[in-house]
Amino acid sequence: MKKEYLSTTSEWTFELLESYDSAIAEVAARFKLDTYPNQIEVISAEQMMDAYSSVGMPVGYHHWSFGKQFLSVYENYQRGQMGLAYEIVINSNPCIAYLMEENTMPMQALVIAHACYGHNSFFKGNYLFKTWTDANLIIDYLVFAKSYIQQCEERHGIDEVETLLDSCHALMNYGVDRYKRPYPISAEEERNRQKSREEYLQSQVNELWKTIPKNTEQQDAQHQRFPEEPQENLLYFIEKNAPLLEPWQREIVRIVRKIAQYFYPQKQTQVMNEGWATFWHYTLLNTLYDEGKITEGFMLEILTSHTGVIYQPPFDSPYYSGINPYALGFNMMQDIRRICENPTEEDKKWFPDYAGSDWLETLHFAMQNFKDESFILQFLSPKLIRDFKLFSVFDDDTKAEIEITHIHDDEGYKRIRELFASQYNLSMNEPNIQVFNVDINGDRSLTLHHIQHDRRPLAEEAQEVMKHLHRLWKFDVHLKSFRGDDLFKSYSSSQEKDKTSEETEDKKPAAKAS
Amino acid sequence: MSYIVDRRLNSKNKSAVNRQRFLKRYKKHIQKAVSDAVTKRSITDVISGENVSIPREDVSEPTFHHGPGGKRTVIHPGNKEFAKGDKIPRPEGGGGGAGEGEASDSGEGMDEFVFEITQEEFLEFLFDELELPNLVKRKLAGIESFKYVRAGYVNEGSPNKINILRSMRTASARRIATGAGAKNKLKQLEAEREALIAIEIETRDNQRILALDEEIEKLKRRIKKIPFLDTYDLRYNLHIKHPQPTAQAVMFCIMDVSGSMNQAMKDMGKRFFILLYLFLKRNYKKIDVVFIRHHTSAKEVDEEEFFYSRETGGTIVSSALKMMKEIMNDRYPPEEWNIYCAQASDGDNWNDDSPTCGKLLSEDILPFVQYFSYIEINPRRHQALWHEYEHVQAENPDTFAMQQISDVSDIYPVFRELFQRKPA
Repeated sequence: MKKEYLSTTSEWTFELLESYDSAIAEVAARFKLDTYPNQIEVISAEQMMDAYSSVGMPVGYHHWSFGKQFLSVYENYQRGQMGLAYEIVINSNPCIAYLMEENTMPMQALVIAHACYGHNSFFKGNYLFKTWTDANLIIDYLVFAKSYIQQCEERHGIDEVETLLDSCHALMNYGVDRYKRPYPISAEEERNRQKSREEYLQSQVNELWKTIPKNTEQQDAQHQRFPEEPQENLLYFIEKNAPLLEPWQREIVRIVRKIAQYFYPQKQTQVMNEGWATFWHYTLLNTLYDEGKITEGFMLEILTSHTGVIYQPPFDSPYYSGINPYALGFNMMQDIRRICENPTEEDKKWFPDYAGSDWLETLHFAMQNFKDESFILQFLSPKLIRDFKLFSVFDDDTKAEIEITHIHDDEGYKRIRELFASQYNLSMNEPNIQVFNVDINGDRSLTLHHIQHDRRPLAEEAQEVMKHLHRLWKFDVHLKSFRGDDLFKSYSSSQEKDKTSEETEDKKPAAKAS
Repeated sequence: MSYIVDRRLNSKNKSAVNRQRFLKRYKKHIQKAVSDAVTKRSITDVISGENVSIPREDVSEPTFHHGPGGKRTVIHPGNKEFAKGDKIPRPEGGGGGAGEGEASDSGEGMDEFVFEITQEEFLEFLFDELELPNLVKRKLAGIESFKYVRAGYVNEGSPNKINILRSMRTASARRIATGAGAKNKLKQLEAEREALIAIEIETRDNQRILALDEEIEKLKRRIKKIPFLDTYDLRYNLHIKHPQPTAQAVMFCIMDVSGSMNQAMKDMGKRFFILLYLFLKRNYKKIDVVFIRHHTSAKEVDEEEFFYSRETGGTIVSSALKMMKEIMNDRYPPEEWNIYCAQASDGDNWNDDSPTCGKLLSEDILPFVQYFSYIEINPRRHQALWHEYEHVQAENPDTFAMQQISDVSDIYPVFRELFQRKPA
């Protein structure tokens, strides 16, 4: 084959970036990768650290916690404890990806393939992203959020806004709708966002006559409980019902909630998303190599980096910190391809539907219609369980020893797969806390219920979070943690110390909220 | 489909605001780290940045999550020898190992949160809420120097201040304004004359042409008479006197180097002097430092000699004060200089000298200086000089301060106390 290398040195130029990008785009199109247009931004290492610490938001409002993030990134980078991840990609349309100027040409090509064609097509194709986020509007919304919060700071003081954001951040994980099926998005979202701007204008008008506290609860007095059904989205409930919040405060609660919701799909698809992107940078660049477009040295550098990324340390390694989503995702994607192309007897028995099918179609199907939990439940093969040598450990705090319940053998595959999948179920990992009742005719106190799963209690920090809840609700807040039907522990915003196993009716106004 | 954008020239300090917010929030922690650093560091690098560490729990952002306890099953990779049903003792650190992402976030037993502040920030925190006493007084007393600043243009002035551009501009405007009528007329007449000349020579109105010629000539003379530059075109730069707060300071460092001061004591003195120097440096553009050391007689020396050479013998403090007074009179007239003085001594003095010192201070020095601070480096009880100085302080509470330092760790607190911003 005639070889026409795109480049032979490791230096990159803007012209080269363009030619690599179009070469990769051409191969990607052959594999039916459907992407948003790409906006590739070349930035310096310092800028990368900035991008890092804004938790993936290209435009972020100001808050001390991002400063903390920045300082820790900066420290780690300075000490060489951490190489900067070579890519940050933003789920937006056009899809923004950052390239670091320090990187070599092979690394830039790797990032382009990984982010601009891998992640990008995932953002565009996966059902969670399609239904929950709107790539067209996110940048606009973030810009709006930033300037809105900035205006609030000017009007109400930085400290006031900061403490409010602290409280919202504490509840950020409880600002998403988990179970509710998503509504059709684009048009609806558009209108919502429009409305939020109107609310903003309204709030400015309200400034003049907002002396009367909003009393939304009155009309619901005939019901026994408010809300009638327990509600899981705490921030939403607070935004709509907290008695004393001012309009601008509600808007900020809403902003945090919206951003939490925007990131929710990413949290649910980490393995798939990284696996998909890693699979494609590997496949696309290998194709380019096979076609004689890139040199061996180039490929070697890519493979070195690739191998590092997909390394899974065993559980007893000092480097072990859980399952590496790149390793798991990449291997599962590769495995699906293998099962389609060269199925073994075992594969045919386990995956009758797609063993021997068209691999590209199957892979696209998997990418579009699953999230980590269901993806693992559906596609994790016995071969991979063997390759990873997965085993399950059962830990019961009432027993002195922990038990190995399943290993990678015939009996274990199914259970391991189920248990493994449930490990990626976010609603299992986070305590189940719901709004239970508001004492609308009495002291306006808010009561939350926590239902323990497998006897797992709340962490001590819960008491701290109660203070934040109180700051938002502005009346007493009670949290009751149930083990089965028994009250296990209750927390209250008005108590200094939490009392165990007894319900306290502390009517004192909560003085401490800081 | 792809756009490649070079963003490298965009601002890189996007996180600066967030960083500042963080520093502000943890001001107390940082201040403590800074004050520890001042004590621990070697004298020569008091001014680099500093690592600050804050306990993790103080910077944590609380969320609802699972605590230890209950039942859980965790999947791990890399099984080597386990078989189904194996029971093993629970590893240290609880739970199912480090495997669970959530558990490792909860933060028990984690390191401190460590970060670095820059030199600038270090000094910021070091001197936060401190101020130089009596700065305002000096300004109010009207003893200020002046600086000339530009203040627009005027019609009168001395020739050396002519603004050529402005003058030419007005001249040009005046020429247009005064000459425009005549020029228009001239154009008109010339056109008429052209028209007349164009007619056949026989039928020409020669008389009219002559009249026109005459008039054109007259107009041309008139236009020529308009002066190119007139006196009232001239514009002059205006400079006005702007009061300038006195921006120069001199710092006198007086140290006792008699036999009773050992190297450790001198080190403490030096740290104190350095702090004062850095602090003054932040307030004044120009600082002179005068080093005076003394035992029985005083001597002006350079920095090296001041800190490191050693003498023996008795102590006569007044010799140094006398010398300071002389130098002040010679080189640093108080109306031009802000004068600060820091004196460090172990308090030893010839008994009959102390009253002389008190008198010198009250009469010849304190009326002219901004601030005089005396530190006694002495872990034991006060010496004669201290008691004398107590009287001085009682008489001059605004300009005189004294403190005792017995240990290195006292230096920074004492310094803060001396320069604490006083409620107005």
